[in-house]
Amino acid sequence: MKGLLDQQFENGGVIITKVDDLLNWSRLSSLFPMTFGLACCAIEFMSTGSTVYDMDRFGMVPRATPRQSDVMIVSGTVTFKMADRIKQLYEQMSEPRYVISMGSCSNCGGPYWQHGYHVVKGVDRIIPVDVYVPGCPPRPEALIGGILKLHEKIRSESRMKPTAIEQLMNKDAQHV
Amino acid sequence: MYVSLTLMQTTELYFSPLAQILLFAVGGILFVSLALCTSRLLRPNRPNAQKLTSYESGETPQGIAWVQFNVRFYVLALVFLLFEVEIVFLFPWSTIFANTELNHQTDGAWGWFAFFEMLIFIVVLAIGLAYVWRMGHLDWIKSKPETSNYKSPVPSRFYQEINKKFENTTHPKA
Repeated sequence: MKGLLDQQFENGGVIITKVDDLLNWSRLSSLFPMTFGLACCAIEFMSTGSTVYDMDRFGMVPRATPRQSDVMIVSGTVTFKMADRIKQLYEQMSEPRYVISMGSCSNCGGPYWQHGYHVVKGVDRIIPVDVYVPGCPPRPEALIGGILKLHEKIRSESRMKPTAIEQLMNKDAQHV
Repeated sequence: MYVSLTLMQTTELYFSPLAQILLFAVGGILFVSLALCTSRLLRPNRPNAQKLTSYESGETPQGIAWVQFNVRFYVLALVFLLFEVEIVFLFPWSTIFANTELNHQTDGAWGWFAFFEMLIFIVVLAIGLAYVWRMGHLDWIKSKPETSNYKSPVPSRFYQEINKKFENTTHPKA
Protein backbone atom coordinates (compact mmCIF):
# COMPACT_ATOMS: atom_id res chain seq x y z
CA MET A 1 0.00 0.00 0.00
CA LYS A 2 1.22 3.48 -0.80
CA GLY A 3 1.96 5.79 2.11
CA LEU A 4 -0.67 8.41 2.86
CA LEU A 5 1.66 11.22 1.90
CA ASP A 6 2.43 9.47 -1.36
CA GLN A 7 -1.16 9.37 -2.57
CA GLN A 8 -3.15 11.85 -4.57
CA PHE A 9 -6.59 12.64 -3.24
CA GLU A 10 -9.63 13.59 -5.27
CA ASN A 11 -11.84 14.96 -2.52
CA GLY A 12 -11.51 16.32 1.00
CA GLY A 13 -10.26 19.66 -0.27
CA VAL A 14 -10.13 21.83 2.85
CA ILE A 15 -8.51 19.24 5.11
CA ILE A 16 -6.03 18.17 2.46
CA THR A 17 -4.99 21.72 1.68
CA LYS A 18 -4.52 22.46 5.39
CA VAL A 19 -2.41 19.31 5.74
CA ASP A 20 -0.57 20.34 2.57
CA ASP A 21 0.24 23.72 4.09
CA LEU A 22 1.58 22.12 7.27
CA LEU A 23 3.59 19.49 5.40
CA ASN A 24 5.05 21.90 2.88
CA TRP A 25 5.91 24.37 5.59
CA SER A 26 7.68 21.73 7.66
CA ARG A 27 9.48 20.35 4.61
CA LEU A 28 10.77 23.68 3.39
CA SER A 29 11.74 24.84 6.87
CA SER A 30 14.12 21.94 7.42
CA LEU A 31 15.75 21.19 4.10
CA PHE A 32 18.78 19.14 5.05
CA PRO A 33 21.38 19.35 2.29
CA MET A 34 23.79 16.50 1.73
CA THR A 35 27.41 17.18 2.69
CA PHE A 36 28.80 16.92 -0.75
CA GLY A 37 30.86 19.17 -3.02
CA LEU A 38 32.53 18.75 -6.37
CA ALA A 39 34.56 21.81 -7.35
CA CYS A 40 34.98 25.53 -6.67
CA CYS A 41 31.20 25.91 -6.28
CA ALA A 42 31.59 23.78 -3.17
CA ILE A 43 33.69 26.57 -1.65
CA GLU A 44 30.79 28.96 -2.19
CA PHE A 45 28.44 26.33 -0.76
CA MET A 46 30.68 26.14 2.31
CA SER A 47 30.68 29.89 2.75
CA THR A 48 26.90 29.83 2.42
CA GLY A 49 26.97 27.66 5.52
CA SER A 50 29.32 30.05 7.33
CA THR A 51 28.20 32.67 9.84
CA VAL A 52 28.16 35.50 7.30
CA TYR A 53 25.48 33.94 5.09
CA ASP A 54 24.12 31.59 7.76
CA MET A 55 22.41 28.79 5.87
CA ASP A 56 21.26 27.58 9.27
CA ARG A 57 18.50 30.20 9.42
CA PHE A 58 16.65 28.25 6.71
CA GLY A 59 16.88 25.17 8.90
CA MET A 60 19.55 23.77 6.62
CA VAL A 61 22.08 21.61 8.40
CA PRO A 62 24.36 19.54 6.17
CA ARG A 63 23.91 15.83 6.83
CA ALA A 64 26.61 13.23 6.41
CA THR A 65 24.40 10.60 4.79
CA PRO A 66 21.90 10.65 1.93
CA ARG A 67 19.35 8.80 4.07
CA GLN A 68 18.82 11.87 6.23
CA SER A 69 19.11 14.56 3.59
CA ASP A 70 16.31 16.17 1.58
CA VAL A 71 18.19 18.22 -0.95
CA MET A 72 21.29 17.49 -2.99
CA ILE A 73 23.22 20.59 -3.99
CA VAL A 74 25.30 19.55 -6.98
CA SER A 75 28.05 22.12 -6.54
CA GLY A 76 30.55 21.93 -9.34
CA THR A 77 31.85 20.10 -12.38
CA VAL A 78 30.24 16.72 -12.84
CA THR A 79 32.75 14.40 -14.48
CA PHE A 80 31.64 11.08 -15.87
CA LYS A 81 33.61 9.36 -13.13
CA MET A 82 31.62 11.30 -10.53
CA ALA A 83 28.29 11.05 -12.39
CA ASP A 84 28.11 7.37 -11.48
CA ARG A 85 28.46 8.22 -7.79
CA ILE A 86 26.02 11.13 -8.00
CA LYS A 87 23.38 8.87 -9.47
CA GLN A 88 23.97 6.31 -6.73
CA LEU A 89 23.83 8.97 -4.00
CA TYR A 90 20.65 10.41 -5.46
CA GLU A 91 19.05 6.97 -5.51
CA GLN A 92 20.07 6.47 -1.88
CA MET A 93 18.28 9.62 -0.73
CA SER A 94 14.88 9.13 0.79
CA GLU A 95 11.80 10.70 -0.77
CA PRO A 96 10.81 13.46 -1.17
CA ARG A 97 14.18 14.52 -2.53
CA TYR A 98 15.17 17.70 -4.30
CA VAL A 99 18.16 18.70 -6.38
CA ILE A 100 19.72 22.12 -6.76
CA SER A 101 22.13 22.34 -9.67
CA MET A 102 24.67 24.96 -8.67
CA GLY A 103 26.88 26.72 -11.17
CA SER A 104 27.40 26.62 -14.92
CA CYS A 105 29.27 23.30 -14.89
CA SER A 106 26.47 21.29 -13.40
CA ASN A 107 23.82 23.29 -15.27
CA CYS A 108 25.18 22.63 -18.75
CA GLY A 109 28.87 21.71 -18.63
CA GLY A 110 29.89 25.37 -18.43
CA PRO A 111 33.42 26.09 -19.71
CA TYR A 112 33.83 22.40 -20.52
CA TRP A 113 30.96 22.46 -22.96
CA GLN A 114 33.09 22.21 -26.09
CA HIS A 115 36.32 20.47 -25.16
CA GLY A 116 35.66 18.72 -21.87
CA TYR A 117 35.63 15.09 -22.99
CA HIS A 118 35.24 14.05 -19.36
CA VAL A 119 32.46 16.41 -18.26
CA VAL A 120 28.75 15.67 -18.14
CA LYS A 121 26.99 18.42 -20.08
CA GLY A 122 24.46 19.18 -17.42
CA VAL A 123 23.66 17.10 -14.36
CA ASP A 124 19.99 17.02 -15.48
CA ARG A 125 21.00 14.33 -17.97
CA ILE A 126 21.51 12.01 -15.01
CA ILE A 127 19.18 13.14 -12.22
CA PRO A 128 16.07 15.36 -12.21
CA VAL A 129 16.90 18.93 -11.21
CA ASP A 130 14.48 21.24 -9.40
CA VAL A 131 16.37 24.52 -9.36
CA TYR A 132 19.25 25.77 -11.49
CA VAL A 133 21.52 28.40 -9.97
CA PRO A 134 23.51 30.25 -12.66
CA GLY A 135 27.01 31.58 -12.08
CA CYS A 136 30.62 30.49 -12.31
CA PRO A 137 30.73 30.02 -9.38
CA PRO A 138 27.50 31.55 -8.07
CA ARG A 139 27.95 33.74 -5.04
CA PRO A 140 26.40 32.54 -1.77
CA GLU A 141 23.61 35.06 -2.28
CA ALA A 142 22.78 33.36 -5.58
CA LEU A 143 22.69 29.95 -3.89
CA ILE A 144 20.40 31.35 -1.20
CA GLY A 145 18.24 32.67 -4.04
CA GLY A 146 18.10 29.14 -5.43
CA ILE A 147 17.17 27.78 -2.02
CA LEU A 148 14.32 30.32 -1.77
CA LYS A 149 13.21 29.29 -5.26
CA LEU A 150 13.09 25.69 -4.05
CA HIS A 151 11.06 26.88 -1.04
CA GLU A 152 8.56 28.37 -3.49
CA LYS A 153 8.37 25.10 -5.36
CA ILE A 154 7.80 23.05 -2.23
CA ARG A 155 5.22 25.54 -0.96
CA SER A 156 3.09 24.95 -4.05
CA GLU A 157 3.13 21.16 -3.76
CA SER A 158 -0.20 19.50 -3.19
CA ARG A 159 -1.56 16.08 -2.45
CA MET A 160 -4.73 16.93 -4.36
CA LYS A 161 -5.08 15.35 -7.77
CA PRO A 162 -4.38 17.94 -10.48
CA THR A 163 -7.63 18.86 -12.22
CA ALA A 164 -6.55 21.48 -14.74
CA ILE A 165 -5.98 19.07 -17.62
CA GLU A 166 -9.20 17.21 -16.90
CA GLN A 167 -11.15 20.48 -16.98
CA LEU A 168 -9.50 21.45 -20.26
CA MET A 169 -10.39 18.11 -21.83
CA ASN A 170 -13.99 18.41 -20.65
CA LYS A 171 -14.16 21.86 -22.17
CA ASP A 172 -12.83 20.50 -25.48
CA ALA A 173 -15.36 17.68 -25.41
CA GLN A 174 -18.17 20.18 -24.92
CA HIS A 175 -17.04 22.26 -27.89
CA VAL A 176 -16.82 19.26 -30.18
CA MET B 1 -0.13 18.83 55.22
CA TYR B 2 1.18 15.54 56.49
CA VAL B 3 -2.29 14.31 57.30
CA SER B 4 -3.62 15.21 53.89
CA LEU B 5 -0.65 13.43 52.23
CA THR B 6 -1.27 10.24 54.15
CA LEU B 7 -4.95 10.45 53.31
CA MET B 8 -4.10 10.78 49.62
CA GLN B 9 -1.72 7.86 49.77
CA THR B 10 -4.31 5.58 51.27
CA THR B 11 -6.74 6.34 48.49
CA GLU B 12 -4.17 5.85 45.71
CA LEU B 13 -3.90 2.71 43.67
CA TYR B 14 -1.06 0.53 44.74
CA PHE B 15 1.35 -0.93 42.18
CA SER B 16 4.08 -3.27 43.21
CA PRO B 17 7.54 -2.36 41.86
CA LEU B 18 7.33 -5.24 39.38
CA ALA B 19 3.97 -3.99 38.13
CA GLN B 20 5.50 -0.57 37.65
CA ILE B 21 8.25 -2.08 35.52
CA LEU B 22 5.60 -3.92 33.53
CA LEU B 23 3.69 -0.67 33.04
CA PHE B 24 6.84 1.03 31.80
CA ALA B 25 7.59 -1.84 29.43
CA VAL B 26 4.04 -1.90 28.03
CA GLY B 27 3.98 1.89 27.73
CA GLY B 28 7.35 1.91 25.96
CA ILE B 29 6.39 -0.81 23.50
CA LEU B 30 3.06 0.90 22.77
CA PHE B 31 4.72 4.29 22.23
CA VAL B 32 7.40 2.99 19.90
CA SER B 33 5.07 0.75 17.91
CA LEU B 34 2.54 3.58 17.54
CA ALA B 35 5.22 5.93 16.24
CA LEU B 36 6.56 3.30 13.83
CA CYS B 37 3.07 2.41 12.59
CA THR B 38 2.17 6.07 12.02
CA SER B 39 5.32 6.68 10.02
CA ARG B 40 4.68 3.50 8.01
CA LEU B 41 1.20 4.77 7.21
CA LEU B 42 2.42 8.19 6.17
CA ARG B 43 5.76 7.78 4.48
CA PRO B 44 6.44 7.02 0.84
CA ASN B 45 7.92 3.55 0.48
CA ARG B 46 9.95 3.13 -2.69
CA PRO B 47 12.89 0.88 -2.05
CA ASN B 48 15.45 0.27 -4.77
CA ALA B 49 18.71 -1.63 -5.02
CA GLN B 50 20.83 1.46 -4.35
CA LYS B 51 18.80 2.50 -1.35
CA LEU B 52 19.04 -0.92 0.23
CA THR B 53 22.83 -1.18 0.02
CA SER B 54 25.04 0.35 2.66
CA TYR B 55 26.19 3.95 2.21
CA GLU B 56 29.85 4.16 1.24
CA SER B 57 30.03 7.77 0.01
CA GLY B 58 28.63 6.79 -3.36
CA GLU B 59 30.96 3.84 -3.90
CA THR B 60 29.65 0.35 -4.47
CA PRO B 61 30.43 -1.54 -1.29
CA GLN B 62 32.75 -4.53 -1.63
CA GLY B 63 33.16 -7.43 0.76
CA ILE B 64 31.80 -7.45 4.27
CA ALA B 65 31.85 -4.76 6.91
CA TRP B 66 33.48 -7.00 9.50
CA VAL B 67 37.02 -6.22 8.42
CA GLN B 68 39.65 -6.56 11.09
CA PHE B 69 42.38 -4.02 11.60
CA ASN B 70 45.60 -4.69 13.43
CA VAL B 71 45.29 -3.14 16.88
CA ARG B 72 48.83 -1.79 16.49
CA PHE B 73 47.55 0.87 14.08
CA TYR B 74 46.03 2.52 17.14
CA VAL B 75 49.40 2.95 18.84
CA LEU B 76 50.88 4.14 15.56
CA ALA B 77 48.15 6.76 15.24
CA LEU B 78 48.89 7.92 18.78
CA VAL B 79 52.60 8.25 17.97
CA PHE B 80 51.72 10.21 14.86
CA LEU B 81 49.58 12.49 16.98
CA LEU B 82 52.53 13.03 19.30
CA PHE B 83 54.64 14.44 16.50
CA GLU B 84 51.74 16.34 14.97
CA VAL B 85 50.86 18.12 18.18
CA GLU B 86 54.52 19.02 18.56
CA ILE B 87 54.59 20.61 15.08
CA VAL B 88 51.24 22.32 15.55
CA PHE B 89 52.49 24.06 18.67
CA LEU B 90 56.00 24.71 17.34
CA PHE B 91 54.84 26.77 14.36
CA PRO B 92 52.95 29.50 16.28
CA TRP B 93 55.70 29.47 18.91
CA SER B 94 58.36 30.13 16.27
CA THR B 95 56.60 33.31 15.16
CA ILE B 96 56.81 34.96 18.59
CA PHE B 97 59.97 33.29 19.95
CA ALA B 98 62.33 35.93 18.51
CA ASN B 99 59.89 38.83 18.71
CA THR B 100 62.17 41.88 18.99
CA GLU B 101 59.53 44.07 20.59
CA LEU B 102 58.79 41.60 23.35
CA ASN B 103 62.52 41.02 23.83
CA HIS B 104 63.14 44.76 24.22
CA GLN B 105 60.30 45.11 26.66
CA THR B 106 61.65 42.34 28.89
CA ASP B 107 65.39 42.93 28.45
CA GLY B 108 65.88 39.66 26.56
CA ALA B 109 64.15 37.56 29.21
CA TRP B 110 61.28 36.81 26.84
CA GLY B 111 63.44 34.78 24.44
CA TRP B 112 64.82 32.61 27.24
CA PHE B 113 61.36 32.21 28.80
CA ALA B 114 59.86 31.10 25.48
CA PHE B 115 62.84 28.84 24.81
CA PHE B 116 62.62 26.99 28.11
CA GLU B 117 58.85 26.82 27.92
CA MET B 118 59.10 25.00 24.59
CA LEU B 119 62.03 22.90 25.84
CA ILE B 120 59.84 21.57 28.67
CA PHE B 121 57.08 20.80 26.19
CA ILE B 122 59.44 18.94 23.84
CA VAL B 123 60.98 17.02 26.74
CA VAL B 124 57.52 15.85 27.86
CA LEU B 125 56.80 14.63 24.34
CA ALA B 126 60.26 13.11 24.06
CA ILE B 127 59.55 11.10 27.19
CA GLY B 128 56.47 9.77 25.44
CA LEU B 129 58.54 8.87 22.39
CA ALA B 130 61.17 7.22 24.56
CA TYR B 131 58.45 5.19 26.27
CA VAL B 132 57.05 4.05 22.92
CA TRP B 133 60.55 3.18 21.70
CA ARG B 134 61.37 1.30 24.89
CA MET B 135 58.10 -0.67 24.70
CA GLY B 136 58.96 -1.65 21.13
CA HIS B 137 55.91 -0.05 19.52
CA LEU B 138 58.10 1.46 16.79
CA ASP B 139 59.05 -1.98 15.41
CA TRP B 140 56.40 -3.41 13.18
CA ILE B 141 57.85 -6.90 13.21
CA LYS B 142 57.90 -7.89 16.82
CA SER B 143 60.11 -10.40 18.50
CA LYS B 144 58.30 -13.23 20.18
CA PRO B 145 57.39 -12.51 23.77
CA GLU B 146 59.72 -14.20 26.24
CA THR B 147 57.77 -15.99 28.88
CA SER B 148 59.50 -15.99 32.20
CA ASN B 149 58.94 -18.68 34.76
CA TYR B 150 57.39 -16.31 37.26
CA LYS B 151 57.70 -17.20 40.86
CA SER B 152 55.55 -15.47 43.45
CA PRO B 153 57.65 -13.51 45.95
CA VAL B 154 55.19 -14.47 48.69
CA PRO B 155 56.68 -17.48 50.50
CA SER B 156 54.33 -20.34 51.21
CA ARG B 157 55.03 -20.22 54.92
CA PHE B 158 52.78 -17.12 55.17
CA TYR B 159 49.78 -19.25 54.29
CA GLN B 160 50.95 -22.04 56.53
CA GLU B 161 51.22 -19.63 59.47
CA ILE B 162 47.64 -18.48 59.06
CA ASN B 163 46.38 -22.00 58.73
CA LYS B 164 48.36 -23.06 61.77
CA LYS B 165 46.95 -20.18 63.83
CA PHE B 166 43.39 -21.26 63.22
CA GLU B 167 44.12 -24.98 63.35
CA ASN B 168 42.40 -25.58 66.65
CA THR B 169 39.26 -23.57 66.02
CA THR B 170 36.23 -25.80 65.91
CA HIS B 171 33.52 -25.16 63.42
CA PRO B 172 30.05 -24.84 64.87
CA LYS B 173 27.97 -27.74 63.75
CA ALA B 174 25.13 -26.83 61.46
